[in-house]
Amino acid sequence: MAVLFQYGFLQRAVLAGVFIAVACAVLGVFLILRKDAMIGHGLSHVAFAGVALGLFLNVLPLAAALAVSVAGALAIMRLKDRAGLYGDTAVGIFSSLGLAVGILLATLAGSFNVDLMAYLFGDVLAIDPLEVWLSVGLAAVVLLAVALNYARLLFMTFDRESARVSGVGIGRLDALLMVLTAVTIVLGMKVAGILLVAALIVIPAAAGLQLASSFRMAVVLAAAVAAFSVIAGLALAVRLDVPASASVVIICFLVFAVFSLAKGKSILPGR
Amino acid sequence: MDLIKASGVTFSYDGTPVLLDVSLSIREGDFLAIIGPNGSGKTTLVKILLGLLRPSAGRIEIMGRPLHDFTDWRAIGYVPQKATHFDPLFPASVEEVVGMALLSNSQILGPGRGRSKGTVVRALRQVGMEPFRSWRIGRLSGGQQQRVFIARALVTRPRVIFLDEPTTGVDAETQSRFYDMLDRLNKDEGITIVLVTHDIGIVNRHVNQVACLNQRMSYHGSHEEFCRSEAFRDMVGQGDHLVAHKH
Repeated sequence: MAVLFQYGFLQRAVLAGVFIAVACAVLGVFLILRKDAMIGHGLSHVAFAGVALGLFLNVLPLAAALAVSVAGALAIMRLKDRAGLYGDTAVGIFSSLGLAVGILLATLAGSFNVDLMAYLFGDVLAIDPLEVWLSVGLAAVVLLAVALNYARLLFMTFDRESARVSGVGIGRLDALLMVLTAVTIVLGMKVAGILLVAALIVIPAAAGLQLASSFRMAVVLAAAVAAFSVIAGLALAVRLDVPASASVVIICFLVFAVFSLAKGKSILPGR
Repeated sequence: MDLIKASGVTFSYDGTPVLLDVSLSIREGDFLAIIGPNGSGKTTLVKILLGLLRPSAGRIEIMGRPLHDFTDWRAIGYVPQKATHFDPLFPASVEEVVGMALLSNSQILGPGRGRSKGTVVRALRQVGMEPFRSWRIGRLSGGQQQRVFIARALVTRPRVIFLDEPTTGVDAETQSRFYDMLDRLNKDEGITIVLVTHDIGIVNRHVNQVACLNQRMSYHGSHEEFCRSEAFRDMVGQGDHLVAHKH
């Protein structure tokens, strides 16, 4: 693993990757417990439309993806509230629409090329210094926003009705969570790619939830799993010369599997 | 003094009337039961009083202020009807469940830390659940969970607590201890209690005010007068049993 700290491009990849993955994992705990785990998957497809729009209009794809994903997240929330749809139907609708629009725009732009593939499959090892600071900064903003609203988010996730009676602004908080998720998904594209970024939201959080006996412990474990998976996954990618996004996600899954087995054997105290 | 006052409240679900011209006043120190058969609008009335539902007509005042102007929600505690129907695998400890109502961000360091620690422990002690503070909420029995939810309602030191069918599915002995605890909170700590129930046996043993609802308010007043009222005879006639006794 020492190799990760010998080269500038690897240091940048670790720094950005850890920050982004931790932000994904922390949000993931809230989303899974709200039964919104698939929102990450849906928003990644919406982000694909944003990337394609950026390539089509010849503007920064990351910025276009950010704008389109935030708009998509708020639209999903609004559709769920207003149309009375079941479960993840709104996510399914926007997920398909995002992919369709993305394919259309990418075809019109003639940009099914290396650029688009980097967004689809992730290319954290090629991240440049500006993108690193942008990613670290935005991930820090996401984590700060969660920290500042921690008790409200927890209350709303556990018991929406009682939280409303206690004066928690449910609508505003729902919107905040959706916007933070959209921002994090766009950041995560660089680490895991559009096709795998949802894994950074779901798997570390699911792993943390396997062993946690308190909410705080779930958040801490999820963040730790995410950070470990990025570091170990990058080391594996460099060592075996395989795609970093795939190795990060596979490490995430292996940790989840170990935690699930540990839960079955009750190796940790959990009264 | 009226803590909560509702005047002429009317409410419909999809055109079906649920409440018609209902008025109610809750005074400081009351132990009020809102009773009535299933579907009589008890839960709907409570949700309207708490601002969770908007009535089609009528006016609500809380602590002298119109509902839409009221902001001091820490003065109101609420235990919803399905409080114990949460996901049993939800990874929240007892002290996290109680502490979440404080809305304090310092809890990210741990619910039992900082200024919130003493407040959470005090609320758990009030309901006899302090020894279980580090337990996961899903591992407690239904009766214990209800006590924790009461502690969550108490943690902000409210003036009034609403409980909607709090002992559904709880055995008789646990129910008895639960209502004794509510008696203590009402008499010893002066907390106003509003209890939604369809069990008028509980009404007889514990409350001092009764609101009898069946779309319209058929009775609203003291427990003693209720036992002599037509509303009481109607309920007994429906097969419910209530033995009058003096508080």
